[in-house]
Amino acid sequence: MSAIYLAVIGLAAFAIGYFFYSKFIAERIYRLDPDFQTPSHAMEDGVDYVPTNKFVLWGHHFTSVAGAAPIIGPAIAVIWGWAPAFLWVVFGTIFFAGMHDFGAIWASVRNKARSIGALTEDVVGHRARSLFMIVIFLLLLMVNAVFATAIAKLFINFPSSVFPAWSAIAVAVVIGYLIYRKGVGLLWPSIIGVVILYVNVYLGDSMPISLSDGTFGLAANAQWILLLFFYAAIASLLPVWLLLQPRDYINGLQLFVGLGLMYCAVIFLSPTVVAPAFNENVPDGTPPLIPLLFVTIACGAVSGFHGLVSSGTTSKQLAKETDARFVGYFGAVGEGALALAAIIATTAGFATLAEWEGLYNKFGGGSLTAFVNGGANIVHGGLGLPLDFSTTLLTVMAILFAGTTMDTGVRLQRYIIQEWGNIYSIPPLTNNYVSTFIAIAACLGLAFGAGGASGAGGLTIWPLFGTTNQLLAGLTLLVVSVMLVKLSRPVWYTLVPLTFLLSMTILALLFQLWEFYAQGKWFLLFLDIVILVAAILVALEAVSAFMREKAKAAQASGPAV
Amino acid sequence: MSPSKIGGIWQTVQELATEFYTAPYRGTIARAKRDEDDLFMLFIFSEMMGVPNPATYYTLELQPILMEQFHEWHTRMGMEHSPLDHFKCC
Repeated sequence: MSAIYLAVIGLAAFAIGYFFYSKFIAERIYRLDPDFQTPSHAMEDGVDYVPTNKFVLWGHHFTSVAGAAPIIGPAIAVIWGWAPAFLWVVFGTIFFAGMHDFGAIWASVRNKARSIGALTEDVVGHRARSLFMIVIFLLLLMVNAVFATAIAKLFINFPSSVFPAWSAIAVAVVIGYLIYRKGVGLLWPSIIGVVILYVNVYLGDSMPISLSDGTFGLAANAQWILLLFFYAAIASLLPVWLLLQPRDYINGLQLFVGLGLMYCAVIFLSPTVVAPAFNENVPDGTPPLIPLLFVTIACGAVSGFHGLVSSGTTSKQLAKETDARFVGYFGAVGEGALALAAIIATTAGFATLAEWEGLYNKFGGGSLTAFVNGGANIVHGGLGLPLDFSTTLLTVMAILFAGTTMDTGVRLQRYIIQEWGNIYSIPPLTNNYVSTFIAIAACLGLAFGAGGASGAGGLTIWPLFGTTNQLLAGLTLLVVSVMLVKLSRPVWYTLVPLTFLLSMTILALLFQLWEFYAQGKWFLLFLDIVILVAAILVALEAVSAFMREKAKAAQASGPAV
Repeated sequence: MSPSKIGGIWQTVQELATEFYTAPYRGTIARAKRDEDDLFMLFIFSEMMGVPNPATYYTLELQPILMEQFHEWHTRMGMEHSPLDHFKCC
């Protein structure tokens, strides 16, 4: 079967979801009001609360939520065949992610643009707020550990990407310096910067860089992980204008370029999907599809992380309440399109089934390597770019997405540790360097604790990362559902996804608990138990919040005495 | 397409790109700038609060300029009223 069918059916389904389902949700459930004064107007301060053009807002909402995760998840999950991953991404985006992201913006806008964390306390209760902080910290911890492992693996498998990926940092710093210190206009530095980046990708092929095993007694993989965290620590402490801002901007451009390249190449090449629809022949040790599929693909189907972006920054800049549909729902559609591209690259980018099976020889085996190899074959065949160049280009894109998430992640972890320092009156924790050090140490502990001394097995925590992400999505859906109950509106459209997510998360955690116990992975077992306890508490909080609100509603509508 | 129309499109692209670049970090950068301004404020008014500052002679003429921000500054610093007995703003 040609991959064009997958692309067309998937994109058409997203379009139907956007034009019909999101319209229904906007009019009947959230009942968006064009005359409602949004916080960006009511509290306009030129700093956080700024009414923003909806296309610009969609641009950075989308680029903030989309990164390496919607690529890695599907790239691992196609091990069960293309159909389960495809169906979950399509239906997940339409009925789960769109609803969730759109709902998070709506809930926040209707509550003075407060973050979902703060809303959890107001709407659900104080205990839920504490749970929220812990879940976010675990999520960041895992995302940093997993992304460091994934980047290290790419550096080793594709040494030609080392030079262009690191040189991107220098390009970003120069752009940041020119714009902020020299007052140069934005357009020329960014155009020249992107051109230099592509020239470096071309040069990278002729100067592959590999670290040798055994330096300081460490495997090359472990050295890369240490170097990456060293970089993340420094990057997270630098002023944002110097590195993070220009890097985000360049990455945003890369995201659009990458998506454009992939879909154009698929249309021109029409590659055949070599992977089976349902893989009957999964390698030993592959966990069962249900429930693991639903936590392996989190970003790309539904992801709690989006709720943080939706309610943290997007809601403060929304000019009109009706824009929430375009920014939130269409943002989720954009991410779904990225996940779909990852599915096509990892299932149709290979010449034969044997070649595909060679990469997917164990659970977590294909991952980004399969995406880069498959995607490069498609781009090479469809657009005629040299194979080496396409390979390095896709590798660099994946590394840049993951790298930016890492330094943002470490920065956010630092904020959480500092907040804990303030709450519990432990002054050393509020220090920038101490908190960054603790954040990095925790991430390293997880990367090596899960993956052994070489850090090579860090991707085994990917499904655990997915469960945490879904748990966060569950908390956001809980807030939105409770708000809908309070307003006496239909609640099924958020309650069904919430129940489904929580049950799949708890099932996946129980399965992994048994697996970690059987394999004697005590560190991961401990982490699993912590997340399981959090998941059960979220479920209990959900039930209790609903009972309370239902009782209140019944009281309000009961006969007056 | 006339040159003025092309110029207009170029202008729009530039504006959208600038907005795309600045919007996500507007708040963070404004807060960092405010922190630096707060420190500067402390230097200017330090002598009046009993903290010796050898540069006071040179910074004295800045006081009237910063006076307008003094009230906002001391409220942000957690002091409801002016911390200076002889220097009231509210």
